[in-house]
Amino acid sequence: MIPVAKEVGSLRAIASGGIVSPTGNPELSPEKEKAFRRELVLRALKTLQQEV
Amino acid sequence: MNTKIRVVQYLNQFFAQIGGEDKGDVGPGIKDGPVGPGRALQQALGDNGEIVATIFCGDNYFAEHQEEVVDELVQRVAEFNADLIIAGPAFESGRYGVACGAICQAAQQKLGIAAVAGMDEDNVGAGLYRKSIYIINSGETIARMVPTLERMAALGLKLARREAIGKPADEGYLARGIKRNEFIAKPPAERAVDMLLAKLRGDEFHSEIAPPKFAGSKPAAPLSDLKTAVIALVTDGGLVIEGNPDKIEPGRPTRFTTIPINGVNSLAADKYDAVHSGYDTAFANQDPNRLVPLDTMRELEHEGKFAKLHEFVHSTGGAHAAVENATQIGRQIADQLKAAGVTGVILTST
Repeated sequence: MIPVAKEVGSLRAIASGGIVSPTGNPELSPEKEKAFRRELVLRALKTLQQEV
Repeated sequence: MNTKIRVVQYLNQFFAQIGGEDKGDVGPGIKDGPVGPGRALQQALGDNGEIVATIFCGDNYFAEHQEEVVDELVQRVAEFNADLIIAGPAFESGRYGVACGAICQAAQQKLGIAAVAGMDEDNVGAGLYRKSIYIINSGETIARMVPTLERMAALGLKLARREAIGKPADEGYLARGIKRNEFIAKPPAERAVDMLLAKLRGDEFHSEIAPPKFAGSKPAAPLSDLKTAVIALVTDGGLVIEGNPDKIEPGRPTRFTTIPINGVNSLAADKYDAVHSGYDTAFANQDPNRLVPLDTMRELEHEGKFAKLHEFVHSTGGAHAAVENATQIGRQIADQLKAAGVTGVILTST
Protein backbone atom coordinates (compact mmCIF):
# COMPACT_ATOMS: atom_id res chain seq x y z
CA MET A 1 0.00 0.00 0.00
CA ILE A 2 3.02 2.31 0.30
CA PRO A 3 3.08 3.21 -3.43
CA VAL A 4 -0.66 3.97 -3.24
CA ALA A 5 -0.15 6.21 -0.21
CA LYS A 6 2.69 8.08 -1.93
CA GLU A 7 0.77 8.38 -5.18
CA VAL A 8 -2.01 10.28 -3.42
CA GLY A 9 0.45 12.51 -1.59
CA SER A 10 0.63 10.74 1.78
CA LEU A 11 4.38 10.86 2.14
CA ARG A 12 4.81 9.72 5.75
CA ALA A 13 4.01 6.05 5.17
CA ILE A 14 5.58 2.95 6.72
CA ALA A 15 4.96 -0.70 5.92
CA SER A 16 2.47 -2.31 8.29
CA GLY A 17 1.85 -5.87 9.46
CA GLY A 18 -0.19 -6.53 6.31
CA ILE A 19 -3.55 -5.80 4.77
CA VAL A 20 -5.59 -8.00 7.13
CA SER A 21 -3.79 -6.94 10.31
CA PRO A 22 -1.97 -3.64 9.88
CA THR A 23 -0.86 -3.35 13.50
CA GLY A 24 -0.57 -7.02 14.32
CA ASN A 25 0.61 -10.40 13.14
CA PRO A 26 -1.69 -13.33 13.94
CA GLU A 27 1.16 -15.79 13.46
CA LEU A 28 3.08 -14.47 16.45
CA SER A 29 2.46 -15.33 20.09
CA PRO A 30 0.38 -12.68 21.92
CA GLU A 31 3.48 -11.26 23.66
CA LYS A 32 5.52 -11.11 20.48
CA GLU A 33 2.60 -9.61 18.56
CA LYS A 34 2.28 -6.88 21.19
CA ALA A 35 6.01 -6.15 20.93
CA PHE A 36 5.70 -5.98 17.14
CA ARG A 37 2.82 -3.50 17.47
CA ARG A 38 4.75 -1.36 19.94
CA GLU A 39 7.77 -1.21 17.65
CA LEU A 40 5.56 -0.32 14.68
CA VAL A 41 3.72 2.46 16.54
CA LEU A 42 7.00 3.90 17.82
CA ARG A 43 8.24 3.95 14.24
CA ALA A 44 5.04 5.76 13.19
CA LEU A 45 5.58 8.36 15.91
CA LYS A 46 9.15 8.83 14.75
CA THR A 47 7.95 9.27 11.16
CA LEU A 48 5.66 12.07 12.31
CA GLN A 49 8.79 13.93 13.42
CA GLN A 50 10.54 13.58 10.07
CA GLU A 51 10.83 16.10 7.28
CA VAL A 52 9.37 14.72 4.02
CA MET B 1 -32.21 29.25 -43.17
CA ASN B 2 -32.02 29.40 -39.39
CA THR B 3 -33.07 32.49 -37.50
CA LYS B 4 -30.10 34.37 -36.09
CA ILE B 5 -29.08 33.34 -32.59
CA ARG B 6 -29.06 36.34 -30.24
CA VAL B 7 -25.76 36.45 -28.36
CA VAL B 8 -24.61 38.42 -25.32
CA GLN B 9 -20.91 38.37 -24.46
CA TYR B 10 -19.45 38.89 -21.00
CA LEU B 11 -16.03 40.58 -20.73
CA ASN B 12 -14.00 42.01 -17.86
CA GLN B 13 -13.06 45.69 -17.63
CA PHE B 14 -9.86 45.16 -19.62
CA PHE B 15 -11.35 43.40 -22.62
CA ALA B 16 -14.43 45.67 -22.53
CA GLN B 17 -11.95 48.51 -23.07
CA ILE B 18 -12.72 50.32 -19.82
CA GLY B 19 -9.17 50.05 -18.44
CA GLY B 20 -6.56 47.82 -16.84
CA GLU B 21 -6.01 46.66 -13.25
CA ASP B 22 -6.62 50.23 -12.04
CA LYS B 23 -10.22 49.93 -13.27
CA GLY B 24 -10.80 46.57 -11.57
CA ASP B 25 -13.31 48.15 -9.22
CA VAL B 26 -15.65 49.26 -12.01
CA GLY B 27 -19.18 48.02 -11.44
CA PRO B 28 -21.33 46.07 -13.92
CA GLY B 29 -22.32 47.74 -17.17
CA ILE B 30 -23.52 47.15 -20.68
CA LYS B 31 -22.61 48.24 -24.20
CA ASP B 32 -24.57 47.70 -27.40
CA GLY B 33 -23.16 45.23 -29.90
CA PRO B 34 -19.70 43.65 -29.90
CA VAL B 35 -16.72 45.20 -28.09
CA GLY B 36 -13.01 44.26 -28.31
CA PRO B 37 -12.77 40.48 -28.78
CA GLY B 38 -16.48 40.61 -29.66
CA ARG B 39 -15.55 41.63 -33.17
CA ALA B 40 -13.64 38.39 -33.74
CA LEU B 41 -16.50 36.51 -32.08
CA GLN B 42 -18.99 38.15 -34.44
CA GLN B 43 -16.85 37.06 -37.35
CA ALA B 44 -16.80 33.49 -36.02
CA LEU B 45 -20.59 33.52 -35.61
CA GLY B 46 -21.01 34.80 -39.17
CA ASP B 47 -24.63 34.93 -40.31
CA ASN B 48 -25.65 32.36 -37.71
CA GLY B 49 -25.66 34.72 -34.77
CA GLU B 50 -25.55 38.34 -33.76
CA ILE B 51 -23.93 39.88 -30.71
CA VAL B 52 -26.72 42.11 -29.47
CA ALA B 53 -24.90 43.38 -26.37
CA THR B 54 -21.72 43.16 -24.33
CA ILE B 55 -21.98 43.04 -20.56
CA PHE B 56 -18.96 43.69 -18.39
CA CYS B 57 -17.71 44.18 -14.85
CA GLY B 58 -14.40 44.98 -13.16
CA ASP B 59 -12.74 41.81 -11.86
CA ASN B 60 -12.29 43.12 -8.34
CA TYR B 61 -15.78 44.53 -8.13
CA PHE B 62 -17.17 41.21 -9.30
CA ALA B 63 -15.15 39.24 -6.75
CA GLU B 64 -16.39 41.46 -3.93
CA HIS B 65 -20.06 41.61 -5.00
CA GLN B 66 -20.50 38.36 -6.88
CA GLU B 67 -24.11 37.61 -6.02
CA GLU B 68 -25.57 41.02 -6.82
CA VAL B 69 -23.50 41.43 -10.00
CA VAL B 70 -24.60 38.03 -11.29
CA ASP B 71 -28.25 38.86 -10.54
CA GLU B 72 -28.04 42.22 -12.27
CA LEU B 73 -26.22 40.96 -15.35
CA VAL B 74 -28.46 37.94 -15.78
CA GLN B 75 -31.42 40.33 -15.63
CA ARG B 76 -29.83 42.38 -18.42
CA VAL B 77 -29.25 39.26 -20.51
CA ALA B 78 -32.95 38.42 -20.11
CA GLU B 79 -33.97 41.92 -21.23
CA PHE B 80 -31.99 41.44 -24.43
CA ASN B 81 -33.90 38.24 -25.09
CA ALA B 82 -30.63 36.40 -25.65
CA ASP B 83 -30.41 32.77 -26.76
CA LEU B 84 -26.76 32.37 -25.87
CA ILE B 85 -24.21 33.85 -23.51
CA ILE B 86 -20.51 33.67 -24.31
CA ALA B 87 -18.21 34.57 -21.40
CA GLY B 88 -14.56 35.40 -21.84
CA PRO B 89 -12.17 33.88 -22.77
CA ALA B 90 -10.43 34.58 -19.49
CA PHE B 91 -7.24 32.54 -20.19
CA GLU B 92 -5.38 32.18 -16.87
CA SER B 93 -6.91 35.16 -15.08
CA GLY B 94 -8.52 33.66 -11.97
CA ARG B 95 -10.99 36.35 -10.95
CA TYR B 96 -12.12 36.80 -14.56
CA GLY B 97 -12.46 33.02 -14.97
CA VAL B 98 -14.64 32.72 -11.88
CA ALA B 99 -16.81 35.59 -13.12
CA CYS B 100 -17.26 33.90 -16.52
CA GLY B 101 -18.21 30.62 -14.86
CA ALA B 102 -20.65 32.22 -12.42
CA ILE B 103 -22.42 34.26 -15.13
CA CYS B 104 -22.76 31.24 -17.43
CA GLN B 105 -24.05 28.99 -14.67
CA ALA B 106 -26.62 31.57 -13.54
CA ALA B 107 -27.83 32.33 -17.09
CA GLN B 108 -28.18 28.63 -17.77
CA GLN B 109 -30.06 27.98 -14.54
CA LYS B 110 -32.24 31.05 -14.26
CA LEU B 111 -32.96 31.78 -17.92
CA GLY B 112 -32.55 28.32 -19.41
CA ILE B 113 -30.37 29.70 -22.20
CA ALA B 114 -27.21 28.23 -23.69
CA ALA B 115 -23.89 29.32 -22.19
CA VAL B 116 -20.22 28.82 -23.05
CA ALA B 117 -17.25 30.15 -21.09
CA GLY B 118 -13.61 30.18 -22.18
CA MET B 119 -10.58 29.84 -19.92
CA ASP B 120 -7.43 27.82 -19.29
CA GLU B 121 -7.83 24.35 -17.85
CA ASP B 122 -5.89 25.36 -14.73
CA ASN B 123 -7.92 28.52 -14.12
CA VAL B 124 -9.57 28.32 -10.70
CA GLY B 125 -12.89 29.04 -12.43
CA ALA B 126 -12.50 25.85 -14.47
CA GLY B 127 -12.23 23.77 -11.31
CA LEU B 128 -15.33 25.43 -9.91
CA TYR B 129 -17.61 25.36 -12.95
CA ARG B 130 -16.42 22.72 -15.43
CA LYS B 131 -19.04 20.24 -14.26
CA SER B 132 -22.01 22.55 -14.56
CA ILE B 133 -21.21 24.49 -17.74
CA TYR B 134 -19.34 24.11 -21.01
CA ILE B 135 -15.88 25.68 -20.86
CA ILE B 136 -13.70 25.90 -23.95
CA ASN B 137 -10.05 25.37 -23.03
CA SER B 138 -8.39 28.60 -24.13
CA GLY B 139 -4.84 27.83 -23.03
CA GLU B 140 -2.96 30.31 -20.91
CA THR B 141 -2.35 33.25 -23.17
CA ILE B 142 -4.18 35.71 -25.33
CA ALA B 143 -2.26 34.38 -28.34
CA ARG B 144 -5.05 31.82 -28.68
CA MET B 145 -7.85 34.39 -28.66
CA VAL B 146 -9.18 33.84 -32.18
CA PRO B 147 -9.18 30.01 -32.29
CA THR B 148 -10.76 30.00 -28.82
CA LEU B 149 -13.53 32.36 -29.89
CA GLU B 150 -14.12 30.20 -32.97
CA ARG B 151 -14.62 27.12 -30.83
CA MET B 152 -16.80 29.02 -28.37
CA ALA B 153 -18.97 30.27 -31.24
CA ALA B 154 -19.28 26.81 -32.82
CA LEU B 155 -20.19 25.11 -29.54
CA GLY B 156 -22.48 27.96 -28.48
CA LEU B 157 -24.47 27.82 -31.72
CA LYS B 158 -24.91 24.06 -31.33
CA LEU B 159 -26.08 24.46 -27.75
CA ALA B 160 -28.47 27.28 -28.61
CA ARG B 161 -29.99 25.14 -31.36
CA ARG B 162 -30.19 22.16 -29.02
CA GLU B 163 -28.02 20.08 -31.35
CA ALA B 164 -26.08 17.02 -30.17
CA ILE B 165 -22.74 17.89 -28.54
CA GLY B 166 -19.68 15.80 -29.36
CA LYS B 167 -16.91 14.63 -27.06
CA PRO B 168 -14.74 17.11 -25.16
CA ALA B 169 -11.70 16.46 -27.35
CA ASP B 170 -13.70 17.02 -30.55
CA GLU B 171 -15.49 20.19 -29.45
CA GLY B 172 -12.61 21.61 -27.41
CA TYR B 173 -14.39 21.89 -24.06
CA LEU B 174 -13.20 20.67 -20.68
CA ALA B 175 -14.49 17.21 -19.80
CA ARG B 176 -17.47 17.48 -17.48
CA GLY B 177 -17.22 14.02 -15.97
CA ILE B 178 -20.27 12.78 -17.86
CA LYS B 179 -20.31 9.23 -19.21
CA ARG B 180 -22.42 8.31 -22.22
CA ASN B 181 -22.88 4.84 -23.66
CA GLU B 182 -22.17 4.42 -27.32
CA PHE B 183 -22.10 1.51 -29.73
CA ILE B 184 -18.79 0.58 -31.34
CA ALA B 185 -18.38 -2.16 -33.95
CA LYS B 186 -15.10 -3.50 -32.57
CA PRO B 187 -15.37 -5.55 -29.35
CA PRO B 188 -13.30 -4.51 -26.32
CA ALA B 189 -10.72 -7.30 -26.77
CA GLU B 190 -9.85 -6.09 -30.26
CA ARG B 191 -9.69 -2.48 -29.14
CA ALA B 192 -7.41 -3.43 -26.26
CA VAL B 193 -5.06 -5.37 -28.57
CA ASP B 194 -5.06 -2.48 -31.07
CA MET B 195 -4.11 -0.15 -28.25
CA LEU B 196 -1.34 -2.45 -27.05
CA LEU B 197 0.08 -2.79 -30.57
CA ALA B 198 -0.01 0.97 -31.03
CA LYS B 199 1.81 1.37 -27.73
CA LEU B 200 4.47 -1.17 -28.72
CA ARG B 201 5.00 0.61 -32.03
CA GLY B 202 5.31 3.89 -30.19
CA ASP B 203 2.19 5.24 -31.95
CA GLU B 204 -0.33 7.49 -30.33
CA PHE B 205 -3.26 5.82 -28.57
CA HIS B 206 -6.09 6.94 -26.33
CA SER B 207 -7.27 5.02 -23.31
CA GLU B 208 -11.04 4.67 -23.03
CA ILE B 209 -10.80 5.09 -19.29
CA ALA B 210 -9.92 8.39 -17.69
CA PRO B 211 -7.77 7.64 -14.63
CA PRO B 212 -8.81 9.54 -11.49
CA LYS B 213 -6.79 12.64 -10.81
CA PHE B 214 -5.48 13.18 -7.31
CA ALA B 215 -5.01 16.70 -6.14
CA GLY B 216 -1.63 16.67 -4.48
CA SER B 217 -1.61 17.79 -0.87
CA LYS B 218 1.16 19.53 0.98
CA PRO B 219 2.57 17.42 3.80
CA ALA B 220 2.23 18.93 7.26
CA ALA B 221 5.36 20.16 9.03
CA PRO B 222 6.98 17.48 11.18
CA LEU B 223 6.16 17.37 14.89
CA SER B 224 8.98 19.15 16.66
CA ASP B 225 8.36 17.58 20.05
CA LEU B 226 6.33 14.48 20.88
CA LYS B 227 6.08 15.60 24.51
CA THR B 228 3.49 18.21 23.50
CA ALA B 229 1.86 16.18 20.74
CA VAL B 230 -1.82 15.22 20.71
CA ILE B 231 -2.09 12.09 18.57
CA ALA B 232 -5.28 10.75 16.98
CA LEU B 233 -5.93 7.30 15.58
CA VAL B 234 -7.78 7.09 12.26
CA THR B 235 -8.43 4.08 10.04
CA ASP B 236 -9.87 3.22 6.65
CA GLY B 237 -10.22 -0.40 7.77
CA GLY B 238 -13.84 -0.07 8.92
CA LEU B 239 -13.54 -0.22 12.72
CA VAL B 240 -16.98 0.24 14.31
CA ILE B 241 -18.60 -0.14 17.68
CA GLU B 242 -20.27 -3.59 17.83
CA GLY B 243 -23.48 -3.38 15.79
CA ASN B 244 -22.20 -0.52 13.61
CA PRO B 245 -24.52 2.14 15.09
CA ASP B 246 -23.50 4.83 12.56
CA LYS B 247 -24.17 2.37 9.73
CA ILE B 248 -20.96 3.04 7.83
CA GLU B 249 -20.81 1.19 4.53
CA PRO B 250 -18.44 -1.80 4.17
CA GLY B 251 -17.49 -0.45 0.74
CA ARG B 252 -18.07 2.60 -1.48
CA PRO B 253 -18.08 4.76 1.65
CA THR B 254 -19.92 8.04 1.89
CA ARG B 255 -19.38 8.63 5.62
CA PHE B 256 -17.29 7.80 8.67
CA THR B 257 -17.92 6.91 12.27
CA THR B 258 -16.55 8.60 15.38
CA ILE B 259 -15.74 6.20 18.18
CA PRO B 260 -15.21 7.57 21.71
CA ILE B 261 -12.22 5.97 23.45
CA ASN B 262 -11.90 7.99 26.64
CA GLY B 263 -11.00 5.54 29.40
CA VAL B 264 -10.68 2.65 26.96
CA ASN B 265 -7.30 0.94 27.25
CA SER B 266 -7.69 -1.75 24.64
CA LEU B 267 -10.19 -2.60 21.89
CA ALA B 268 -12.04 -5.69 23.12
CA ALA B 269 -13.23 -8.18 20.51
CA ASP B 270 -16.77 -8.27 21.88
CA LYS B 271 -17.20 -4.50 21.78
CA TYR B 272 -15.81 -3.60 18.34
CA ASP B 273 -16.08 -4.95 14.82
CA ALA B 274 -14.41 -4.42 11.49
CA VAL B 275 -16.84 -3.72 8.64
CA HIS B 276 -15.07 -3.75 5.29
CA SER B 277 -15.72 -5.51 1.98
CA GLY B 278 -12.14 -5.23 0.75
CA TYR B 279 -10.25 -7.60 3.06
CA ASP B 280 -10.85 -10.60 5.32
CA THR B 281 -11.79 -9.02 8.64
CA ALA B 282 -11.40 -12.21 10.72
CA PHE B 283 -8.04 -11.27 12.29
CA ALA B 284 -9.17 -7.72 13.04
CA ASN B 285 -12.37 -9.03 14.64
CA GLN B 286 -10.36 -11.44 16.81
CA ASP B 287 -8.32 -8.54 18.12
CA PRO B 288 -9.33 -5.04 16.88
CA ASN B 289 -5.99 -3.67 18.19
CA ARG B 290 -4.55 -5.31 15.07
CA LEU B 291 -6.49 -2.71 13.08
CA VAL B 292 -6.26 0.29 15.40
CA PRO B 293 -3.36 0.04 17.88
CA LEU B 294 -5.20 1.49 20.85
CA ASP B 295 -3.64 -0.78 23.49
CA THR B 296 -0.07 0.19 22.61
CA MET B 297 -0.89 3.85 22.12
CA ARG B 298 -2.49 3.97 25.56
CA GLU B 299 0.64 2.42 27.10
CA LEU B 300 2.89 4.90 25.34
CA GLU B 301 0.63 7.74 26.47
CA HIS B 302 0.93 6.57 30.09
CA GLU B 303 4.70 6.29 29.69
CA GLY B 304 4.74 9.92 28.57
CA LYS B 305 6.06 9.25 25.07
CA PHE B 306 3.59 11.86 23.82
CA ALA B 307 1.24 14.30 25.57
CA LYS B 308 -2.20 12.90 24.89
CA LEU B 309 -4.15 10.39 22.86
CA HIS B 310 -7.16 12.08 21.17
CA GLU B 311 -10.49 11.03 22.64
CA PHE B 312 -12.01 9.70 19.39
CA VAL B 313 -11.07 7.22 16.68
CA HIS B 314 -12.37 8.20 13.24
CA SER B 315 -13.09 5.29 10.95
CA THR B 316 -14.42 4.57 7.49
CA GLY B 317 -14.52 1.47 5.28
CA GLY B 318 -12.23 2.49 2.45
CA ALA B 319 -13.04 -0.25 -0.08
CA HIS B 320 -13.75 0.98 -3.64
CA ALA B 321 -13.99 4.54 -2.40
CA ALA B 322 -14.89 7.12 -5.02
CA VAL B 323 -12.11 9.71 -5.00
CA GLU B 324 -14.61 12.51 -4.41
CA ASN B 325 -16.21 10.81 -1.42
CA ALA B 326 -12.87 9.81 0.02
CA THR B 327 -11.63 13.38 -0.32
CA GLN B 328 -14.70 14.71 1.43
CA ILE B 329 -14.49 12.15 4.25
CA GLY B 330 -10.80 12.95 4.71
CA ARG B 331 -11.45 16.67 4.78
CA GLN B 332 -14.23 16.35 7.35
CA ILE B 333 -12.11 14.16 9.60
CA ALA B 334 -9.15 16.53 9.26
CA ASP B 335 -11.34 19.54 10.12
CA GLN B 336 -12.62 17.86 13.27
CA LEU B 337 -9.14 16.80 14.34
CA LYS B 338 -7.74 20.27 13.76
CA ALA B 339 -10.59 21.91 15.67
CA ALA B 340 -9.93 19.53 18.57
CA GLY B 341 -6.25 20.51 18.72
CA VAL B 342 -4.83 17.23 17.41
CA THR B 343 -1.26 17.69 16.14
CA GLY B 344 -0.47 14.26 14.68
CA VAL B 345 -2.37 11.30 13.23
CA ILE B 346 -1.56 7.64 12.85
CA LEU B 347 -3.82 6.26 10.14
CA THR B 348 -3.88 2.50 9.76
CA SER B 349 -4.86 1.35 6.29
CA THR B 350 -5.96 -2.05 5.05
